[in-house]
Amino acid sequence: MSDATNLTAQIDINTIPALGKEQLLELAMGPQHPSTHGVFRMNVVLDGERVMKLKPVFGYLHRNHEKIAESETYLGSMPYTDRLDYICSITNNWAYAIAVEKLAGIEVPERAEYLRVITGELTRLQNHACLLGFLMQDMGASGTPLMYAFREREKIMDLFEGLTGARMMCNYLRFGGCRVDTPAGWMDAARKVVAEFPRFLDEYENLLVGNEILMDRTQEVGILSKELAINAGISGPMARASGVDYDIRKVDHYSIYDRFNFRIPLGERGDVYDRYMIRFLEMRESIKILEQAMRDIPDGPIVDPKTKIRGFRPKPGEAYGRIESPKGELGFYLVSDGALNPYRYRVRPPSLINLTVLEDLCIGQNVADVVVILGSIDIVLGEVDR
Amino acid sequence: MNLENIKSEIEANVPGCQLEFVLNPSPSAQHSLRLDHAHAVAVATYLRDAADLRFDFCSNVTGIDWPAKELTEKVKVKKLVDGEEKEVEEVRKTTIPGTLEVVYHLFSVEKKHGPITLRMSTKDRETEVHMPSLTPVWRSAEFQEREIFDLFGVVFDGHPDLRRLLMWPDFIDHPMRRDYVAPDDFEYEPTAHDAVLQRANQHQSEAIAKLASEAEGK
Amino acid sequence: MVGKGIIKGMVETARNFLGSYVSKQRLTTIQYPEERAPQIEAARNFPFLVFDGTDAEQGLRCVACQICEKECPPKCIFIEKSKDKKPDATGKMQFYPATFNIDISVCMSCQICVEVCPFDSIKMDVVYDLSNNDRFAGLLLHKQQLAKSNEYYNTIHPTEAAAVDAHFAEERAKAAARVKAAAEAKLAAEAKAATDAKAKSETTLADTQAQPVGGGTR
Repeated sequence: MSDATNLTAQIDINTIPALGKEQLLELAMGPQHPSTHGVFRMNVVLDGERVMKLKPVFGYLHRNHEKIAESETYLGSMPYTDRLDYICSITNNWAYAIAVEKLAGIEVPERAEYLRVITGELTRLQNHACLLGFLMQDMGASGTPLMYAFREREKIMDLFEGLTGARMMCNYLRFGGCRVDTPAGWMDAARKVVAEFPRFLDEYENLLVGNEILMDRTQEVGILSKELAINAGISGPMARASGVDYDIRKVDHYSIYDRFNFRIPLGERGDVYDRYMIRFLEMRESIKILEQAMRDIPDGPIVDPKTKIRGFRPKPGEAYGRIESPKGELGFYLVSDGALNPYRYRVRPPSLINLTVLEDLCIGQNVADVVVILGSIDIVLGEVDR
Repeated sequence: MNLENIKSEIEANVPGCQLEFVLNPSPSAQHSLRLDHAHAVAVATYLRDAADLRFDFCSNVTGIDWPAKELTEKVKVKKLVDGEEKEVEEVRKTTIPGTLEVVYHLFSVEKKHGPITLRMSTKDRETEVHMPSLTPVWRSAEFQEREIFDLFGVVFDGHPDLRRLLMWPDFIDHPMRRDYVAPDDFEYEPTAHDAVLQRANQHQSEAIAKLASEAEGK
Repeated sequence: MVGKGIIKGMVETARNFLGSYVSKQRLTTIQYPEERAPQIEAARNFPFLVFDGTDAEQGLRCVACQICEKECPPKCIFIEKSKDKKPDATGKMQFYPATFNIDISVCMSCQICVEVCPFDSIKMDVVYDLSNNDRFAGLLLHKQQLAKSNEYYNTIHPTEAAAVDAHFAEERAKAAARVKAAAEAKLAAEAKAATDAKAKSETTLADTQAQPVGGGTR
């Protein structure tokens, strides 16, 4: 840990024994490759089946989100944040709202905090369900597990449509609260979905967790050490699978997470299997939070009456706000010069930073494992390239 | 976790370092420390390794572009006018030189505290854009410093692999700079908006003219 | 036993397959376009303009204040103000949009135009099958295509529309009361003017007498 150069030095190819007399093969995996979850390219150097070198190439989905936000009003950037990690739009809204609330010193009413927690944890459920499906798809379990996962995700997206009006691009949070209150009957529908979710988890665990093929493909593959995980800024389930006890919900005490009783699951080995299982355990904890939040939610206003939609100008200054998004630490850094639009708007994308260690995980593995390792990192290219 | 205390602690342990306390007037009250280039790596290593600080998690690295700014202020000056001392108003112009700033947000996984904010500035925006890289201290800065190199044009000395991250290698400018002008070379859809529509029509007429001239040439 | 996990998984698949014949929980597929999912009330897609009554041109609530045009994040709205005025929903004379275009190829359905509209005139539609052969003109919706009746609004978003209608009824009642009060005030003023003219000299006398009383209470 104290010697930094050990961590930064790339693994020397010469230390890995060559498989045979074959030539090294340079291969571009992606950008149009079904395993790359979008338009992402990895330039891989192969010795036979073994990865000797891997350089990720980004930018195929780059639209300079941060530059666009500099010419938008503070609220005008809110719908754009939906498009970062398009699977979990509400947590993106939430991170941005927290940064603006820090910048302008806005308080959030009680009921709005509960609604944020409920929608945020539902987002975590749907993200992790999606991830499990995609990961199985990457491993070759075509269709079936993904469809089961998407069936559950669909129910949560229906809830989002009932509350926010849109299934994916929710644009739900506002500075100092939420946009709309729950319509009649929504909370009961949500309770029903949450109550049925553990059954899906049980089924899904039965379906694959004891599966010998899955174990062979995932165990001892792509091991990430705890030290490297911390030093490389890895966050979220991926860091916790390596045993890093760091969950921003517990550390930052943001929103009202202190009121709920839930635990942080940790992995031991930091391989793909741990990263796979940690999502199961996190979903079970999310269900606990959801049950408590839906039981305790009070009545009241959903938005701070002092905040205004038009002409919102925070005082000059800067703020960094972050939340535990399903992918990891999602942060927004804002610099205000007192104008209607932010002077600087920066997204700290967990997907991109979690990819820092992709090469370290893949070196020495088989090329088919690269696909599985990438799948277990859980990236969304909308957020990686911004 | 008082930043003033941390500052004096660093000053005591990293001899010769110059730290500047930067006040943040917003309600977030996230103040920051400005590092000097020569001691940046030493300060960062100290922050990471000191037993009571242990800022082992560099969460966010980002750049900010501050173009040169001209301030005009009216100053009353005493002057000799026709052998008589008089107070005359003068407009004084001061130019704040432009700079590229890089901001690091640090947290501690071990101690569960933070954030503290570090900043560094380049001398100017044109040629003296070098800055020591903190990637050897925190690996998480690797991609983010590459992104700043790409979008802002800050050159990080000591970065193991400083290439463009998001734009393609042949790209020339730095898009996140305030004075960046987007190239006018893509196809516009004639949308409802007058400005866009105007540009779209212009593009169309240019394309037609080009086609016509090509046909003539043949 | 090797293979136990696989067998367990196959049992699960079989349960789902057979279950899909009996349980709605397991068979969630809908045969679009013959079947359609029930419309969710809060759903939103693209904006439309609400008009009252039967005439789309006359009853349009929009007063061309251009707030939505300014606040729209992707800038997909284009409005041109009229030269003349027409009565709006509460009977006040207001401008109306001579042109109102929304480019739905640019619109991202964020609903910010609805939130900022002070006149409840732009609302979100729920129509989703809008594919078109012409990707430019076909997706640029004009005022005639955007204007939809208040009855339609009531059918797609009943709760929201009822609240808006109640608000408008209140506003109209207030406006009517204001007109009535103004008429009464006018009558009263005329009557007063007549009596005032008669007793002009007396009132001036009374005023001068009243002043010392006020001063005396000190």
